[in-house]
Amino acid sequence: MDIANALVAILNFVVIPAAAYGSQLALGALGVTLIYGILRFSNFAHGDTMAIGTAIVILLTWGLQALGVSLGPLPIALLALPIGIAITAGLVLLTDRLVYRHYRRVRADPIVLVMASTGVMFLMNGLTRLLIGVDEIRFDDGARFLISVQQFKAWTGLTEGLALRLSQFITLVVAGLSCWALFRFLNRTRSGKAMRAYSDNEDLALLSGIDPERVVRLTWIIATALAVMAGTLYGLDKSFKAFNYFQILLPIFAAAIVGGLGSPTGAVAGGFVIAFSEVAVTYPWKKIAGYLVPGWQPEGLLQLLSTEYKFAVSFVILIVVLLFRPTGLFRGKSF
Amino acid sequence: MKKLLLATVATAALGAGAASAEDVKIGLSLGYTGPLESMAPAMTQGAELAIKEVNDSGKFMGGSNVTSVQVDNTCTDAAASVAAVERLVTSEKVNGIMGGMCSGETIASLERVAVPNGMVMISPSATSPALTDIDDQGYFFRTSPSDARQGEVMSDIMNERGVKTAAVTYTNNDYGKGLAEAFKRFYEEAGGTVTIMAAHDDGKADYSAEVAALAAAGGDALVVAGYVDQGGSGIVRGALDTGAFDTFVFPDGMMSEALVDRFGTELASSFGQNPSAEGPTRDKFIEMTTAAGFDGNSAFAGESYDAAALLLLAMEAAKSTDPKVYKDQVLNVANAPGEKIGPGELGKALELLAAGTDIDFVGATSVELVGPGESAGVYREVDFPEGKINVVKLH
Repeated sequence: MDIANALVAILNFVVIPAAAYGSQLALGALGVTLIYGILRFSNFAHGDTMAIGTAIVILLTWGLQALGVSLGPLPIALLALPIGIAITAGLVLLTDRLVYRHYRRVRADPIVLVMASTGVMFLMNGLTRLLIGVDEIRFDDGARFLISVQQFKAWTGLTEGLALRLSQFITLVVAGLSCWALFRFLNRTRSGKAMRAYSDNEDLALLSGIDPERVVRLTWIIATALAVMAGTLYGLDKSFKAFNYFQILLPIFAAAIVGGLGSPTGAVAGGFVIAFSEVAVTYPWKKIAGYLVPGWQPEGLLQLLSTEYKFAVSFVILIVVLLFRPTGLFRGKSF
Repeated sequence: MKKLLLATVATAALGAGAASAEDVKIGLSLGYTGPLESMAPAMTQGAELAIKEVNDSGKFMGGSNVTSVQVDNTCTDAAASVAAVERLVTSEKVNGIMGGMCSGETIASLERVAVPNGMVMISPSATSPALTDIDDQGYFFRTSPSDARQGEVMSDIMNERGVKTAAVTYTNNDYGKGLAEAFKRFYEEAGGTVTIMAAHDDGKADYSAEVAALAAAGGDALVVAGYVDQGGSGIVRGALDTGAFDTFVFPDGMMSEALVDRFGTELASSFGQNPSAEGPTRDKFIEMTTAAGFDGNSAFAGESYDAAALLLLAMEAAKSTDPKVYKDQVLNVANAPGEKIGPGELGKALELLAAGTDIDFVGATSVELVGPGESAGVYREVDFPEGKINVVKLH
């Protein structure tokens, strides 16, 4: 029984939250890594693309709610998501047309494009605030829990509870599905192969008759779809706040770099590495030790590092990876 | 059109000519972006309300006009705050500053700009105990109490309610750390046990790690010394969802309508406290803010009104807009003896001061400045039966 309690406690406080957070980071990192692999620059505007996309999804959600649409236990945001993605993709393609295309044509250094994307980031940042404001917004409707702590305790009779929020479950499912779809697209379809060819060798791809502008457009659309999904899932799981999407850029980049910039598999792995390291390394094992070793209640917390250091943990991993495997865990592009 | 332009230029020229004697500028240094950006608008409106009242009375310094200049101090970035306040002092040439907003940036901008330049700063919301002992040379005041006092009140309330062990999480800045440490000291003196002191950083993507650590340490209640717009709410959400804690203790950074909107009935067994005045002067202020179209109950709106009013009243009392001169008058106008001045009576106060009569500014938050010029602080104990803010009593 005590072992079951220990297991449930770890599931409840470490595994489930870290898995949900990891999938959100993975989706974000996938977008960053695609842009990096194909357009060859670090897109700092990615976090704010997530923000503005989510803001649009929220506005659509409100519209649908006003029309009386309901998905039963599922949040309406899922219905608004595809339309939100389409609108945001239009916006992002517009920024490509107005900003990035010029620099691509003059074959500017990647750093110039990075700076341009910083400009786009601030613009999106402001647009999001104009559109929806600075306040925290919760837009999850429908059921909150798939399994709640009370239910779980009543079912199992354990002293530890287990909660699985619907939003966490949806996050895991949607992230899994979209990764599967993306990998299938990249490996099996003509357009996906064209994208990979363009990423591997731009000139050779041009010689084989691949239309570069089409590849660029596709990349933006896919990256935006991933960003809006990541943003919406994150917003459903936690809450929407323009400021937080600016901050989430850092762990997303950490995830993409740990996995290997330019490598989609790496982005997914990196997302989970970052999320689990943040949660697990700072977890105090006092309670677990109490369950596993009967009759022993440790004085201290048995905590490896206090929670202030959780970001240090992900960045230590980042530095170690860059030192010993500069291309990332999955051999992305090295610079 | 041409005529209109000419007229505008002429008026502007006239205005500019008279400016040297007539125009008084108050700088508002608040975090319009950053972790407390949702509080800043109501605080600005609070200060503007006082300025408008003074202007409407027409009695300030023999008919001077007061204008305000807003700068964004970001609340978290000390360098940005120093630059913003520097701009207020050197290029805007303000006569006094209502601000800063958060403790860390307030300390930085006070030490590096206001004190060296001889500028008075009255903060409505910087509550770190560190500001009590700072070497401000008489240029700094605050209309909110120090968190050392709040830590004591919080400890008392928890003991009264029989909460004997508590986990503490605080936002990783001067406010959170100061409050959490003050609380720990008083609580342990009174026989309570703090199971863990875990800092959380604001504006981060995820708080699972903090919730996990707090849950593992356990306790009867969780003290959340954070911000409602930031990590504080993230942690409460996580702790509720995972069933880690049912009872929360909220200090002032968490105590707002937003908290109740967000968690409602889930707070049934939680409680907290925030600095607040009650009574007719408070009611009058709320009435005024409603008429002006904003919510006077918003955190620190009353303190902002008071801070701006104190600046202007001190100028009138000193018959000078020079910070080096009127800084000595701030305590005189804020405290007894003298005629009591509530919100909406600034015109009367100016008249009395012009006539040489002493005043005791009460304002929206029952201002009484103690020690080196900080509010003594009346706290209201609050709980949330049925998911609504319910005031229990005053401390």
